[in-house]
Amino acid sequence: MSSVGEIAQKVRSKNAGPFWLTVDIFCGTPKAFEQLRDNLSTDRVATLFQISSDQIKRFDIPDLNVIKFSMPRPTIQGARDDRDMHGAGWGPLVAELDVN
Amino acid sequence: MVRVLIPSGALGLGYDKAALDRAVAAKPDLIAIDGGSTDSGPSYLGRGVSKYARESTKVEWRGLIQARTKAGCPLVIGTAGTCGTDSMVDWLYDITIEILSELGQSAKIARLYSEQDPQVIARTQITPLSAAPDVDAATIASCEHIVALAGVEQIQVALNTGADIVIAGRTTDTAIIAALPLQNGDSAGGAWHGAKIGECGAICTTNSATGVIMIDFDADGFTITPLADDTRATPHTVSAHMLYENSDPFILYEPGGHLDVTGATYTAKNDTTVRVEGSTWVPSDKYTVKLEGARITGYQTIAIAILRDAHYVANAQAWCDDILNHHKSKVTDRMGLDPATWSAELRIIGRNATLGALETRTADTVELGVLAILTAPDQQTAATLAKLMNPYLLHHALSNNEPMPTFAFPFSPAEIDRGAAYEFVLHHVMELADPMDAFRLEVTDV
Repeated sequence: MSSVGEIAQKVRSKNAGPFWLTVDIFCGTPKAFEQLRDNLSTDRVATLFQISSDQIKRFDIPDLNVIKFSMPRPTIQGARDDRDMHGAGWGPLVAELDVN
Repeated sequence: MVRVLIPSGALGLGYDKAALDRAVAAKPDLIAIDGGSTDSGPSYLGRGVSKYARESTKVEWRGLIQARTKAGCPLVIGTAGTCGTDSMVDWLYDITIEILSELGQSAKIARLYSEQDPQVIARTQITPLSAAPDVDAATIASCEHIVALAGVEQIQVALNTGADIVIAGRTTDTAIIAALPLQNGDSAGGAWHGAKIGECGAICTTNSATGVIMIDFDADGFTITPLADDTRATPHTVSAHMLYENSDPFILYEPGGHLDVTGATYTAKNDTTVRVEGSTWVPSDKYTVKLEGARITGYQTIAIAILRDAHYVANAQAWCDDILNHHKSKVTDRMGLDPATWSAELRIIGRNATLGALETRTADTVELGVLAILTAPDQQTAATLAKLMNPYLLHHALSNNEPMPTFAFPFSPAEIDRGAAYEFVLHHVMELADPMDAFRLEVTDV
């Protein structure tokens, strides 16, 4: 078992506007891309964010060795219950997931 | 062919001066720069102010006005002053007049205003986008500011006045770059795609800090070249930029249609330059513009205490829960406030302040910060709530049978008034019969 962050080159989360969050996993190599594509399920990510997997848009992009997840922001950016204005902290959450 | 110079991802972020000079010497047809973003949160739109200092804005804007004069081409800024309200168009217009006067220059200036009357929008038929919050007419009417995002059509109208400088309120990031190549009849897919790749300046290259890039648009696509010495555009850096702050890396919705880059090809022309072809533009039946609005959600006072005692670090959550209970009773007793009208929150910095309930990690730590956030309908009430919280943050004991503890306060007074807290309330589009229906243009010779 390794974490997503150990397998990938970089994991980044950003706002995609105030209402959406996007997480980009830059795998770096085709091998790392295939490993994460096959072993990091959308359901795992959904569980992590405590949402249903049909709320997540997933893009596996072999040309870039990138896996991208987009979802409605867990809290609307800047709302009273928002803790992370730029959506920076969700990337590490995904990076710390252990996968085969 | 149209050559567009993009000095930086945003006015206020800085640009490489030598690279800008080189770009000007290459005779661009337009200099385009973005002035804003929602990325720093709702307060800027709520207050109608800029995130960047006037001093930074003026220095950088002066450099671009001088570059424009040298290049003999128009200069256009979109989303002036971070949020693109009318107040920010006027703010940058005042700065522009100051600069022109200091330089002894004259110029024709077009101002494009994007702000909407909340009372009117509250009565207008608008359509929610995916993940939009539920809003009623009263909520919309209570917005401090609402802006509509202009597309290329409005920028073209501004450019066609013969303006030397266009100061636009809220626009899409791409519109200011795509407007001229589209008007010139260049590839529509290429114009929008190139604009999306270029809107953050050199973020689409290997060294994002350099800022300056040039895009050549033509009938088949576009070619992107960074101008600084120490950066390169590669097929990977360029295509990867479609991921950036984008929920869908292949589709981008704009007023009047959407860009589809599924079929795009990225080819290295040499070590630093990339050629892109094959992206398509799909026009829509209706012409819609997106709306952004911000309203006051309350007023806040905050305070910070730091726990260093290992027993309290270990029991921080119980300590916070206990304080919130005591504080609530005290507020009811002494202020007689309905609990529905105010809120108190203690976020434990060092435990889960970023992720809240989603946090999965635990770790031992030397100390923990406790951030108290008090929110009320007015500032004075928020400050009073914080004053009632203060003694607990300073001395609250986990049990009755221990000497009174004291915790670290970094400041005196411990309470900090934060002013109004704002929230974004609109993620909707509005249909327009004519693209200029929701926008106003003013042209002056200065």
